[in-house]
Parts: sequence; structure tokens; C-alpha cells
Amino acid sequence: MAIIKKALFYLLVLVIVVVSVFPFYYAIITSLKTGTALFRVDFWPTQISFDNYTSVLTSRNFPRNVLNSLFVSASVVILALLFAVTAAFALSRVRFRGRSLLLLTVLAVSMFPQIAVLAGLFELVRGMGLYNTPFALIFSYTIFTLPFTVWVLTTFMRDLPVEIEEAAIVDGATPWVIITKVFMPLMWPALVTTGLLAFIAAWNEFLFALTFTSSEVQRTVPVAIGLLSGASQYEIPWGVLMAASVIVTVPLVVLVLIFQRKIVAGLTAGGVKG
Amino acid sequence: MAELLLEGIKKSYGSVAVLHGIDLDIKSGEFIVFVGPSGCGKSTLLRLIAGLEDITGGRLSIDGKLVNKVAPSERGIAMVFQSYALYPHMTVYENMAFGMKLGKAGKAEIDRRVREAAEILQITPYLERLPKQLSGGQRQRVAIGRAIVRDPKVFLFDEPLSNLDAALRVATRIEIAKLHERMSDVTMIYVTHDQVEAMTLADRIVVLNAGRVEQVGSPMELYHNPANLFVARFIGSPSMNTVPMKVETGGASPRVTPRNCKTVEVDAVIPEAAAGAEGTFGVRPENLHVVGTDEPPGSVPVFEGRVDIVEALGEVTLVYVDVGHEEPIVAKIDSDLSVKKGDRVTLASRPDNFHVFDAKGLAFPRRSAAG
Ligand SMILES: Nc1ncnc2c1ncn2[C@@H]1O[C@H](COP(=O)(O)OP(=O)(O)O)[C@@H](O)[C@H]1O
Ligand SMILES: [Mg+2]
Repeated sequence: MAIIKKALFYLLVLVIVVVSVFPFYYAIITSLKTGTALFRVDFWPTQISFDNYTSVLTSRNFPRNVLNSLFVSASVVILALLFAVTAAFALSRVRFRGRSLLLLTVLAVSMFPQIAVLAGLFELVRGMGLYNTPFALIFSYTIFTLPFTVWVLTTFMRDLPVEIEEAAIVDGATPWVIITKVFMPLMWPALVTTGLLAFIAAWNEFLFALTFTSSEVQRTVPVAIGLLSGASQYEIPWGVLMAASVIVTVPLVVLVLIFQRKIVAGLTAGGVKG
Repeated sequence: MAELLLEGIKKSYGSVAVLHGIDLDIKSGEFIVFVGPSGCGKSTLLRLIAGLEDITGGRLSIDGKLVNKVAPSERGIAMVFQSYALYPHMTVYENMAFGMKLGKAGKAEIDRRVREAAEILQITPYLERLPKQLSGGQRQRVAIGRAIVRDPKVFLFDEPLSNLDAALRVATRIEIAKLHERMSDVTMIYVTHDQVEAMTLADRIVVLNAGRVEQVGSPMELYHNPANLFVARFIGSPSMNTVPMKVETGGASPRVTPRNCKTVEVDAVIPEAAAGAEGTFGVRPENLHVVGTDEPPGSVPVFEGRVDIVEALGEVTLVYVDVGHEEPIVAKIDSDLSVKKGDRVTLASRPDNFHVFDAKGLAFPRRSAAG
């Protein structure tokens, strides 16, 4: 019985791994093929050529697009965490009238689908003169990321012992010192997790990026890939497309690997009672 | 060196009043203990003094200066919390230095003060450790050390021992008593619900109940002359036996009859006019003796009944005697005496151990105390 149970368990694990990893694996294989090999279905790499990669990286705008994406995503993470940490402090620690209503409103805002606010946001972006700049994207992504970030950090901060904060107050700490010197070091797991999610969301976003930029140099990676075209209108350059996709996935994987240690370490350290 | 003056201190949370006007005069260097049942407002009062809560009404002065609106860090106080409240990500050293660093003190000065405090509390070997690498008792020392480093005028403790096990609690209690001796000009205010801590540490005890001060006095004063029924029953373990009574005569030779008992003379000032009034009669378990064993000279018999339960605690034995009231009368007797369940016994005590309270629960003053 125990053996069957174990076997079934690992079978399930295998299925999950295959389903979640296979698309990415297939993209890597495809990106290494050229010519007609592209249209054969292979499960193992049959040829290894980096032509697609060189052609992507030497294309006129792609490196610039990657930089755009990096700039936008990093800015969104920094802005969102700054606003969310300070907002979470107020929402979890300061007693004021209408606090729970405000918290619910924040959550409600995040329920609007992107497409519903697209037109309004477009007018706003144009009105502020941000159209076709990275700041249009930073602005709109931050708006969409904040509700989630604020919620997670608020619930996390609420669980930090009040007495630690009070000890800091008696020690003469201002709210800013409490946030930066006492709370933030205790909130690493939450900060890293929400920051990472905000980064990934900004990195992958397509609709706003497509709408708020017009010139090729201002585009972010997802739009650039989406608009990659081959020699003719009817030919989709699969190899190049896959190479580009693999390239833009790498930063995410690296980020997760870097912070993985921190997430795990932070989670266990957070369990310590004052 | 700090005197505290509390005048009509009130605190409400919204429409819920928690403290109903506390008046208190605390002298410099005094060790004051707030004691009372859970939820009576001890912590709230301490937090008002610390400045962690806003005062709803009344005046709080430290050294003659009104501090109602002064920030906690500028009141010259330090606080030790029940859960230690150490900063988990800082070492012991950093924990203790944090307040001075924020106060922009010099590195050398900080180092000197931290090491001095660590020396007093014998935590020097742990200075580089994180709180999670310390035992509960060590963490509590660090919390006290952090308070010492602040060099406060007023030291506030909120149930600092309640998270420690019994043996450690006694050791730390003695430690705190020593600390008070060493820092004799520092005023200490200590919150607890444990009357042993209150009795052993306090210069004066403040008994709180439902947001009001019931009595303020030295431990022995509260024990011997409780001002009312609440204090009488709260101080002492097991609690004082209390039974309803009727006043027979007041004046020169006051006599009362506890219900179901013999009429006894009492050592109290009862006005003539009170004759016939209802009241409450009380006597502490440790002052009751079984007649025919070791009763001291001058004892008079009070209660008579059948022994319900005998609890031998080793050093003493508790005897529960059913005398026809809802609650049995408890007597704390010598453990050598052989009293068995079912025995009929008479309990006696000296008249100066009797406490009598009027119908409102206020004590009739003692004749000896009244002069
Ligand atoms: N922040 C608060 N909001 C509302 N009521 C409170 C708050 N803090 C304390 N109380 C109430 O005040 C009363 C006294 O609390 P506290 O001072 O903590 O009692 P204790 O004597 O056990 O320390 C309790 O009834 C408690 O419910
Ligand atoms: Mg309390």
C-alpha cells in the first residue's frame, strides 16, 4: 500500500512538473533550431545553433527594449514598495475613522479589469504628457500593483507585535525610523515576495505597454516580441521569437534564485517571538 | 529623582470608560506596585504614564511639569514589556544601544553605558547574540538592560515576570528588588496581578479595581487594615473568609454576630447608631485555629461545623469547614495537627484579627489604629 501511495505521489509530481516546465523547455529547443527544422516536432534538441540569439541581440531595438523593461519594472517595484510600506504602516498601526472602509476600497479598485480603465488611463497619461514615455507605464503599473502590495504588507505588518513598536517609541523612534529600522528588517519575506510579484507583473504586461507607447524605441519586451515580424507578413519568425522569449525569461529566473534564499531565511526568522 | 503626580486621570476608549479618575502621589525613588484583577486597568494606567496612550482627562505631572502631551521618549521613562519586546533582528548590544543611538549619543558613551548595564545584569557574554539565541530569563534581562541604558528617572514594568517559569520568576523578582536598591533614586512603577510580587517588592501598593483605586498603602497596611472588602479579599492567600453579620452594639464595647455563629466582641470603632445594621465579618484563614489544639491565649470561638475537605500542602494544611454558608470557611493550620474529613471542629481566633465592614463594604476602623 505504502509503495503504491508513494508511486502515485511521485507520478502526480511528475505530471505537474512536465505540464509546467514543458512549454518553456519546448521554447528553448525551438530557439536553437533554424530553417525548416523549426516545423518538425522534436522532443530532444536535434541541432544546436545560436543564430536566433545573435539575430535577436543584434537587431536594432531589442536590447533597448530589454533596458526599457528593466527600467520600468525596477521603478515600479521601488515605487510600489515605498508607497505600500508607508501606507501599510498607517493602515495597520494608526487608528483612524474609516480604516476598514479604506482597506476594502483599495481591494475593490484592484478588481477592475485592465481593459475597463484603459480609455480613462489613456486620457490621463496623455493629459500629463507621459504618452510614449516609460513613465506612462511606471505610472499605470504602479497603480495596478499597489492594491495587492498594500494588502499583503498591511496584513503582514498587523501581525508584528505592537510591543516592539512601542519599545521603539519609548526609545525615541519616529514613525519613519520605526518603519525603516524596525519593521522593514522584519518584513523581508513579505517585501521580497511582493516586490518579486510586482516585478514579474510589470515585466510581462502587454496591454498598457502596447497602448501607451507608439515608437519602437519606447517599447517594452512583451510588445516587442509580439510585434516581431518575419521577412513577409505571412511568415512568423518562430526561432527568433523563441530566442527572445528565452532571453527575457532569464532575468526572472535569476531574480527568483537570488531571493529564494532570502525568502526561506526570512520566513523562519519571522517566526521568532520578540 | 522623579516625583509623579496623577490628578483625576481618566481614560476612555470611545464611549467605554476604562479609568474613572485616578489620584496618586508618587514620591521620588519609591517602588510602587499596581495590583488588581485582570482587566481592571493596570496596564492602561501604566501606558498613560509612559505616554503610549493619550490621557482622556486629568493631569499627569513628572517633577512638577505637566506631561500630558509630552512624547514618551522625552518623559525620562523606560519601560519593560511583558513579552520582552526586543528587536528580533538586532543583537543584544544593538538592542540596548538603539535608544541612545537615536538620541545621537557618542559611540564611546554608548559603549560605556551598554557594557555597564550588561555587567549589572550579567549578560556581557551574550552581547553579540540575537534574542532568538537566548532563554526567556536572559531575554528579560536584556529588556531590563535596555531600560537601564536609557538612564531613566522612572522605570515602568508591565508584568515582567509572567512569561517566566516559577523558579526563574522568584530569582528575577529578587534581582529586581536588588536593582531598586542599587538605583535608589529611580522611581519604579510595577504592574502585576500576582500579590506575592506586590507584597515583596512594593514600598506602596496601589490596589485597582474596575478602573478605580481601592486603597493605597504599604503591603503590611493593606494586609492588616484593608480599607474595604475588595482589598480584604484580594490581598492574602487563600482569601479572607467573609460572612454576613449583624451589628449588636456599637460604642465602647462593639459586638457583632456573624450569621450562624456566636456573638463576638470586635476591635473596631462602630458608631452607636449602627446597632442592628447589616455588614460583613471577616477573618483570615491563617488567623483561625482549631479549638483544643494550638489556639493562642485570648482566642474566642467563632465558627463551628464539619470538616469538608483537608488539603495538606506540606508546610501548612488547609481545612475547609462547612458552617452553613454557601462557601466553606477556610482555616490554615499547622500541618502536624490531625484533623480529618468529617470531624466536627470549632474555629477560634483572637478578636484583634477580626475585620468588620459596613453594608457598603467599607471597613470600620480599628480601635487600636484610631488611637
Ligand atoms: N485599545 C483598547 N480598546 C478598547 N478597550 C481597551 C483597549 N485596551 C484596553 N481596553 C480595555 O480596558 C480595560 C483595562 O485593560 P488593561 O489595562 O489592559 O487591564 P489589566 O489590568 O489587565 O492590565 C479592559 O477591560 C480592556 O478590555
Ligand atoms: Mg495588563
